[in-house]
Amino acid sequence: MTAQHKATLQRLGPFLALVAVCIALAVMSPDFLTVGNAFDVMRQVSINAVIAFGMTLSILLGGIDLSVGSILAVSSVLAARTMTGGHDAVFATGVAILAGAAMGSLNGVVIAKGKVAPFIATLGMMTLLRGLALVLANGSPISGFSSDFFAMLGGGYLERLVPVPVVLMLATFAVFWFVLSRTVFGRHVYATGGNVEAAKLSGVNTDRVQILVYTICGAMAALAGVILTSRLDSAQPTAGAGYELDAITAVVLGGTSLAGGRGWIFGTLVGALLIGVLNNGLNLMGVSAFYQQVVKGSVILLAVLLDRGGKT
Amino acid sequence: MNLSMKGISKSFGTVRVLDNVDFTIAGGEIHALVGENGAGKSTLMKILSGAHTADSGSILIDGEPIAIHSTREAEAHGIAIIHQELNMIPQLSVMDNLFLGREPNVLGVIRRGRMHAEARVLLGRVGAAQVDPDREAHTLSIGLQQLVEIAKALSLNARVLIMDEPTASLTEREIATLFTIMRELKARGVAIVYVSHRMEELFSICDKVSVLRDGHFIGEREVAQTNFNEIVQLMVGRELKERFPKRAAALGAVRLKVEDLADDGHISGINFEVRAGEVLGISGLIGAGRSRILNTLFGVNRQMSGTVSLDGKPLSVRRPIDAIAAGIGYVTEDRKGQGLVADWSVRENTTLVHLDKYSRFGIVNRKAEDAGVKELMEELHVRARDAELEVKSLSGGNEQKVVFAKWLVSPPKVLLLDEPTRGVDVGGKAEIYQIINNLAAAGTAIVMVSSELPEVLAMSDRILVMCEGRQTAIFDAKAATQEALMTAATRGVRAA
Repeated sequence: MTAQHKATLQRLGPFLALVAVCIALAVMSPDFLTVGNAFDVMRQVSINAVIAFGMTLSILLGGIDLSVGSILAVSSVLAARTMTGGHDAVFATGVAILAGAAMGSLNGVVIAKGKVAPFIATLGMMTLLRGLALVLANGSPISGFSSDFFAMLGGGYLERLVPVPVVLMLATFAVFWFVLSRTVFGRHVYATGGNVEAAKLSGVNTDRVQILVYTICGAMAALAGVILTSRLDSAQPTAGAGYELDAITAVVLGGTSLAGGRGWIFGTLVGALLIGVLNNGLNLMGVSAFYQQVVKGSVILLAVLLDRGGKT
Repeated sequence: MNLSMKGISKSFGTVRVLDNVDFTIAGGEIHALVGENGAGKSTLMKILSGAHTADSGSILIDGEPIAIHSTREAEAHGIAIIHQELNMIPQLSVMDNLFLGREPNVLGVIRRGRMHAEARVLLGRVGAAQVDPDREAHTLSIGLQQLVEIAKALSLNARVLIMDEPTASLTEREIATLFTIMRELKARGVAIVYVSHRMEELFSICDKVSVLRDGHFIGEREVAQTNFNEIVQLMVGRELKERFPKRAAALGAVRLKVEDLADDGHISGINFEVRAGEVLGISGLIGAGRSRILNTLFGVNRQMSGTVSLDGKPLSVRRPIDAIAAGIGYVTEDRKGQGLVADWSVRENTTLVHLDKYSRFGIVNRKAEDAGVKELMEELHVRARDAELEVKSLSGGNEQKVVFAKWLVSPPKVLLLDEPTRGVDVGGKAEIYQIINNLAAAGTAIVMVSSELPEVLAMSDRILVMCEGRQTAIFDAKAATQEALMTAATRGVRAA
């Protein structure tokens, strides 16, 4: 086996793991391998996947975005307030996503121009925005949206079969895949994460790349917020707490390096699905919630260890 | 003491990097180990110093076979290595680095007083008494770091000292200090293996030379009884026609004109112009501000004063992007740190600067990109199996050609070069000189910083000499000598 084959195999590692887990669950639980259940799993992971796509970009830069959960909450509350204020649902959705992008770009400016470590900058924003969400919502959930369009975003089905969140997830995946593999911007994201110094000296506007990446990260968190709000038919200022860690888990499971410069968006989709499939399978088998955590944690550690093993 | 390696073979995967290699060195001898990149020098020395284990073959000291499976075992036999890429932990102090892993201690508590005193003695022995043992390692110049590494090797009571390209980053003066220390060690009976690409040094400091080529031992010579041409011929397996290929100098109009250039206190009063087709060499000691000139022109330093014009038009560069837009390219000194994305393929690195040339509306046209890269790889003789290979798997010379390729996607008006042949072997150097000459012939104005005096003398039309942030002379290269350059480079510098 040549080094190149080995590298390809390693890249496909997460995907093979997903297939293996699916086969195992299909054998153990007859309910697992049904079309209905497959779409259920995908719907459950869609929110995490959408956030994780954005997170992939920030991690490719060698950064991180801990504020996505709080951005989700602020966007969600903003969308709800816009609608309860009598505005159109499409408008409210736009407001939420633009607000997410704005919050993300603030992260980006602090990181790129202020030269603050991403971990610290977004940790600060995480707390700040959580507070903002509580202020905007007056500390309590907002509900009562009377819009079919809005209800469809989180709870609708395409052709009575494919859940709309799954469509949104796959559509954003396709866009991310194209941007990362085919565009100049995508190339510049990898370059900045791979060697920021060389990228700068090669004329890459690394500050702009960073700001854009965190802006996208914020917009994706907001999109996830919209889906969640629609699904619950309620905006909660405390929503999304801990979501950043789920997203990071999906990215890392997918084989993207926390050191930056290396990784791909397909891996992140697979990582998110792997988590979802495990959750679903363990539920179907009636494993207690306590043990589920033990199993999930073990799988994450095992996956990362295997990934390390290939590199030495 | 007599150390010999016999019949050493080593393979990585299916690639045989050493095939039945012999190497012998005696105490009190400085023995050069030469060969082109990839010849197996580093692997052989890594086996001797315990970083790798040979697949077959034996190592003997005074006829007794010894086993070396780790750096510690090598050290126990008195074999120490100073790597080309220095192994200092930058945030730790000099003395912490000196005693790393074997700190004098009582029940785990470090005896700092004793460590400090011993560090002073060791630093004194290598002529670096001025270095405060408490200083953080990263604040030292590369030359001083090298001396600290040697001090560390001495503290191990090394009988065999391996030095891998020790002078690659040193100034002429630091090299002289290093040679003095090497001669002292030799007088004390230490055997020194000296791995270097610099032929001049080999002839001034070494007693014997062993040549490797493609993993084979080619031969051993007494330095006194050989010459440059013979060694190069053994290394490359053919006669190297010209070390510095000739260029028909046809100078055009002034391209780059620099008046009273200064930055935030490191350089000032820099004035020069470079014509189309001209190579302006910049010589001087390390720290004299040579790279600063390039960094300032390219917009890496935000602080700049003075006027710069390109093709007669005033040029304002605040960031590298501005310089690139104006048609200036920059091959930096630190290839791995600033020139290349190591994990990336040849293709991705090549097109990073001018990716817009292969894209429309921000979408990359892979076909055009592949074709453009292929063409450049052929033009520059980049030897890589294909364009998708990671650059970090290439030899130094080929890596450097990729860096040149980056700037040649759109031929630059001005190309700034900082140590363009560092870490490049003899054959690769000649190829890079040819690339420089071709660029000049096509009308590019070239500014080249180089610490290698023969290189700067042979490649330049004129030579600007820097000393402590100021320019002290501009020579016509035909009339300049190494002595004249050194005098200008040390003008105003107090004798060390």
